Amino acid sequence: MIHLQHIERMFMVGEEEVHALRDVSMRAEAGEYIAIMGPSGSGKSSLLNILGLLDRPDSGSYELDGTLVSGLDEKQQAAIRMHKIGFVFQFFHLVPRLSAFENVALPLILSGVKPDERQTRVTAALASFGLGNRARHRPDQLSGGQRQRVAIARATIMQPSVILADEPTGNLDRSSGIEVAEILEELNRQGMTLIMVTHDPEMGKRSRRQILMVDGRIQ
Amino acid sequence: MRSLNGHLRLKSDFTLFKKMQLRDILTFSLRAATANRGRVLLMLLAMAIGVGSVVVFISLGDSARRYVINQFSSLGTDLLIVLPGRSETTGGPPPLLGETPRDLTLDDAMALYRARTVGRIAPIIAGSAPISVQGLEREMLVLGSTAELFEIRHLALSQGSFLPPGDPSRAESVCVIGLKGKKELFGSQPAIGKWLRIGDRRFRVIGILSSPGVSLGEDLGEIVIIPVAAAQSLFNTSSLFRILVEAKNTAVIEATRQSILETIRLRHEGEDDITVITQDAVLTTFNRIFKALTLSVTGIAAISLVVAGIMIMNVMLVAVSNRRAEIGLLKAVGASRGQILGLFLAESTILSSIGAVIGLILALAGIRLAGILFPQFPLQLAPWSPAIAIAVALISGIAFGVLPAHRAANLEPALALARR
Ligand SMILES: Nc1ncnc2c1ncn2[C@@H]1O[C@H](COP(=O)(O)OP(=O)(O)O)[C@@H](O)[C@H]1O
Ligand SMILES: [Mg+2]
Repeated sequence: MIHLQHIERMFMVGEEEVHALRDVSMRAEAGEYIAIMGPSGSGKSSLLNILGLLDRPDSGSYELDGTLVSGLDEKQQAAIRMHKIGFVFQFFHLVPRLSAFENVALPLILSGVKPDERQTRVTAALASFGLGNRARHRPDQLSGGQRQRVAIARATIMQPSVILADEPTGNLDRSSGIEVAEILEELNRQGMTLIMVTHDPEMGKRSRRQILMVDGRIQ
Repeated sequence: MRSLNGHLRLKSDFTLFKKMQLRDILTFSLRAATANRGRVLLMLLAMAIGVGSVVVFISLGDSARRYVINQFSSLGTDLLIVLPGRSETTGGPPPLLGETPRDLTLDDAMALYRARTVGRIAPIIAGSAPISVQGLEREMLVLGSTAELFEIRHLALSQGSFLPPGDPSRAESVCVIGLKGKKELFGSQPAIGKWLRIGDRRFRVIGILSSPGVSLGEDLGEIVIIPVAAAQSLFNTSSLFRILVEAKNTAVIEATRQSILETIRLRHEGEDDITVITQDAVLTTFNRIFKALTLSVTGIAAISLVVAGIMIMNVMLVAVSNRRAEIGLLKAVGASRGQILGLFLAESTILSSIGAVIGLILALAGIRLAGILFPQFPLQLAPWSPAIAIAVALISGIAFGVLPAHRAANLEPALALARR
C-alpha cells in the first residue's frame, strides 16, 4: 500500500524555480497496476523517483506498507529500496563490466547473501525470464529486450512488494516492448504492485488505472 | 509464492539489513578497479615506483649501516683501542706547539695487565715491507703482535699454529701469513715450515690464516704477522702503532678505559697523552649517523608515495564521475551511503596495494641485481622495509581515497541515474 500526501518537489534551474511536483497526493493499494501518463516534463519521473526513494520531496509525506518512509534516515531508506522496491529504468542501467548473472546478483551481494544461495536464486530468476543461456553475457552482448529482462530480474530478485518502472519500453522496439510489459504484468499478477510511467497510450491502456500528470499535478 | 503480506521481509528495526561479505567487497572493487586500464596502469606504476624506491633506499641505508657495524663488531664489542697521542675530541687543551706525544711502548702495554678488568692485550706494530721467497717478492702489511691477537681479532687458521705465547720481548723468527699472501708467495706448494724473507731477516712460516676477507680496511689475506719484538727490530722502533685491549666483559668497558688512562698517566709522568677508543662509542655514533641518513633518504623517497597517492585520488575521482550511473544504480537496489563509501575505499586501497606489491617485487629485483653488479657491498632487504612501504601505501590509498569515496557516497541517486 502506497500513500502520498501533499508532495512538493522543486528544482532550481539557474535563477528559475521549476516545480516538478505540486501538491501531489495519491494512493495505490497492494497489487494494483497503475500507469502514470502525461506529456514530457510533466513530473512523471520525479514522482516515480520519490516513490522509489531515489529522491526526497521538499515537503509532504510518503507511507509505504504502513511505514512512514519519508521520515526514515538514509540507511533505513536504503533498506527499504533493497527489500521493498524494485526499480526498472528506461535505459536499463546495467553495470557494463558485469555479466547478466552478476548484474542480477548485485542486490543479493549488497545484502550479504552467501554465494551458493545467490547461485540458486539468480539462476532461477534468469531462467524464469528466459535468460537461462545468457547468464555469462555482458550487457553489450545482449539485445535491448534481453537487457531490460535482466534489469527486471535484478529489480525483483529481492521479491519487493512494489515495482516502479520508468518508461521501461521507451527504449525498445514494439515487440520486445510488449514482451517486457507482459513480464511486468505477470509479476503484478503474482502480487507485486506495479506502477509504470509511459507516454505511450497503447501501453497505458493495458493498466487497470491511469494517472495523468500535467505540469507537476495529478489531473 | 510472492504474496506480499506473507513476505514482509523488513523488520521494523531493520536488523535484516545485513553487511556485505568481505570477499564480495574485494571482488567487486577489484574488478571495478581494473576495469579501466590506461590510467590505472599509470597509477600503479607511480605507486610501484614510490614503494620500490622507499624499500630500496631503506635497504641501502640499512645495509651500509650493517656493513660498517659488522666491520667493527667483528673486532668484538668489548674491545678498546689505545692510540698514542691525545685526541682533541676528548677535550682539554690541544698539545702545545712542537710537543710530540710520548711513544707507547711494549712496557706500557704490559703494564696494562695490572688492571683487574683487562682480559687480553695485543700490542701492535704495523708497517709495510717487501716479503720474498726464492726471488719472488711482494710488498705486504707486516703486523708485529703477540699470541693474544688471535683471540682479540677473532682470527682463524687454515693450517699450522699462531704466534706462540710467552715473553713478548722475545723476537722469535716465526711468522703467520694470510691466505692470499701464501698463494702469491708459495703457490700451491705447502708453506708451513718454509722460510721467507722480510726485509733482510728470515722468518719461518708456522701458520696460515683462513680467509676472513677484509676487516676494518685491513686486507687480512695479504698480511704477515710476526712477534712484536721481531717487528720492533725489523722496523727499528720501540713505539707501538696501537694497543688492542679486551675488557673482561662489556660491563666493565668504562672502568677499563679509566684504568688504562690512569696506568699510562702514571707511566708518562702525569701526562694524558693517549687516546682510548671504545667500540661502543664508535658503534653508537655510526648507528646514529646511518639512521639519520636512512631516514632522510627515505623521506625523499616517500614524497614519491605522496605523488602516487595524489594519482590514486585522481584516478578515483575520474572513476566516480564516469560511474555516476552505476553508483546511482547501486543505491537504487539498496546500497547505503556507507556501503558505497566502503566499496570505493576498498577500490583505492586495492589499487595502492597492487602498486605496493609490484613495487616490492621491483625493489627485490633491484636489490638482487645490485648484489650481482656489486658483490663487495652486501646489499640486503631491510627486514621491516616491506612492512613500512606496504603500510604507507595502504595509508595513502585510504587517505587519498576518502575524498572520491565521499563524493560517490553523497551522489543523489535520482540525479546520478538521470540522463542529463
Ligand atoms: N534534477 C533536476 N534538476 C533540474 N530540473 C529538473 C530535475 N529533474 C527534473 N527537473 C525538471 O522537472 C520537470 C519534471 O521533470 P520529469 O519528472 O523528468 O518529467 P517527465 O518524466 O514527466 O518527463 C521538468 O521540467 C524537468 O526539467
Ligand atoms: Mg521521465
